Amino acid sequence: MGRYLAQRLLMIIPVMLGVTLLVFAMMHLAPGDPAVAMAGPRATPEQLTIIRHYLGLDRPLPTQYALWLERAAVGDLGRSIRQGVPVTSLVLVDFRNSALLAGVSFTLATVLGIMAGLVAGLNRGSILDQVIGFVSALGFSTPAFFLGLLLIVLFAYKFPILPIGGMHSVQGSSGLLDVARHLVLPAITLAAVPTTVIARTVRSSVLEILGQDYIRTARAKGLREKMVISRHILKNTLIPVITLLGLQAGFLLGGAAIVEVVFSYPGVGNLMIQSILERDLPVTQGCVLVLALVYVFVNLGADVLQCYLDPRIHFG
Amino acid sequence: MEAETATQEVVQSSLARAEAMPERRRMALRRFWRSKTGVLGAFLVLSIALAAIAAPLVAPYNPNTVDLLARMSPPLASGHLLGTDIYGRDLLSRIIWGGRLSLTIGLAATIFSMVIGILTGIAAGYFGGPLDAVIMRIVDIMLAFPYILLAIVIVGALGPGLFNTMLAVGIAGIAFFVRLIRGMVVSIREEMFVEAARSLGATHVHIMWRAVLPALVPYIIVFGSLNVGWLILEAASLSFLGLGAQPPTPEWGAMLAEQRQYVTIAPHVVIIPGIAIFLVVVGLNLFGDALRDALDVRLKES
Repeated sequence: MGRYLAQRLLMIIPVMLGVTLLVFAMMHLAPGDPAVAMAGPRATPEQLTIIRHYLGLDRPLPTQYALWLERAAVGDLGRSIRQGVPVTSLVLVDFRNSALLAGVSFTLATVLGIMAGLVAGLNRGSILDQVIGFVSALGFSTPAFFLGLLLIVLFAYKFPILPIGGMHSVQGSSGLLDVARHLVLPAITLAAVPTTVIARTVRSSVLEILGQDYIRTARAKGLREKMVISRHILKNTLIPVITLLGLQAGFLLGGAAIVEVVFSYPGVGNLMIQSILERDLPVTQGCVLVLALVYVFVNLGADVLQCYLDPRIHFG
Repeated sequence: MEAETATQEVVQSSLARAEAMPERRRMALRRFWRSKTGVLGAFLVLSIALAAIAAPLVAPYNPNTVDLLARMSPPLASGHLLGTDIYGRDLLSRIIWGGRLSLTIGLAATIFSMVIGILTGIAAGYFGGPLDAVIMRIVDIMLAFPYILLAIVIVGALGPGLFNTMLAVGIAGIAFFVRLIRGMVVSIREEMFVEAARSLGATHVHIMWRAVLPALVPYIIVFGSLNVGWLILEAASLSFLGLGAQPPTPEWGAMLAEQRQYVTIAPHVVIIPGIAIFLVVVGLNLFGDALRDALDVRLKES
């Protein structure tokens, strides 16, 4: 197990270098000159030279990359071209909001997904199983932005019980309850796809375990069905689900951009999309870097956890 | 002598296998027809594809003709089966023309990522060694991004637009195929029919083309068809975010984004494009799932 963990940790290094290289390359792949974008179309050549020097654009690319990496490592991601403030502060505030949304969605998807998968798997072929299968097929094929808009029409206009978007009310109460009310619709929208994916995996995992000898043994020795389910089925079902949960947690953070835009939620994804549309490259880079690194580490955590839970895992 | 007999046996069984191919294909087809959901999916996809191909003939109006007197007519209003949008453009015509764009993008991006993914995956899996190591590290890096984030990054770098969106979802999809194909080639590499071809002195290219690739075909068909729906969804998402097709292009995701402020006044202007995306994706998923069962293809969890 030690060797596997060491290998898995070592693999993080090239992946992280690759991620940073890709994010850095964005700046140079992007059409247009960042100096022109910053100074505006009426800048004189002298001004452009100064700005290029200020941004370090007059140096060789490897030097620029090394410099950028050095600064990024201490949390300096440059300044926003549009707003003038440090990128790090923008990204950090929005990251907290995104993490909150992702956390709520993750809990929702995990609880609902495991319950639905267990019920469907234990009652294979029943009407309940078919209903769960049908609903999860629906959830899997509905675009997040469409589901979000439908929920807005239903619960913010037809039956106006929830706010249409944002994170805080402009006026009136703005406590925890207010934030919670703003989270309901985005969290449901974001959780839809992971819930169906988790439910499907849990269902097939349950079906596989039901055929195992130790389940037959447990039943044969007269264990009550409740005990069989909680002791043997639930526990063994969850092992393959953990890697999946890791992937889904990453998806919830990285894939939240669409949901955040639909609900005008002040998260990193929304910030990233706005910065792309406004050609504010330092902000885009900061958002992408943070989202990708979080994704890498969440997956690493899931792998380590699974390795700890399941001693049969391959050491290769 | 023994080795010769063994080789002959292998050649014989390969020939028998080749002869059995049409029979197996017929069996698979029969299994597919038995799946009600698969047939439903095929029907959905075919009808949308036909309407898209014949768009100039079947679309009742020009998709971009503005009729301000007939703004936001509800579905089934006079002359407009699905109603009109906020500028009075006929929604049915826009959906039909939009289908052209969405299906083309999904198909083209899938073919793009599959061709590159299959070639790279076969090379990595077949040759192994340093080539494999380098390719797989690059794949690891690409898979270190959530799929939609990678596509967004690529569009962000290339600049918004319909073509760049197609390129972005295509590039972002490559890593998935490389890993899938490489994994299968590694196990096929040791099979008897590859061994036989090698012992008969076939070149690497010949072995990859004539022995390895055909064994992958069922997988390629299944994951290709599932992938088209997935990429259509991703491309529509990018358009919805304003990074893909730009108004007034009748692309489904862009239509939704353009009209979303009016969702409370005339919900159908948003619901109809949404349902169009949903139906295509459901159709392709049902079709792909049924194909998977019919061809008996399993995706290894990895």
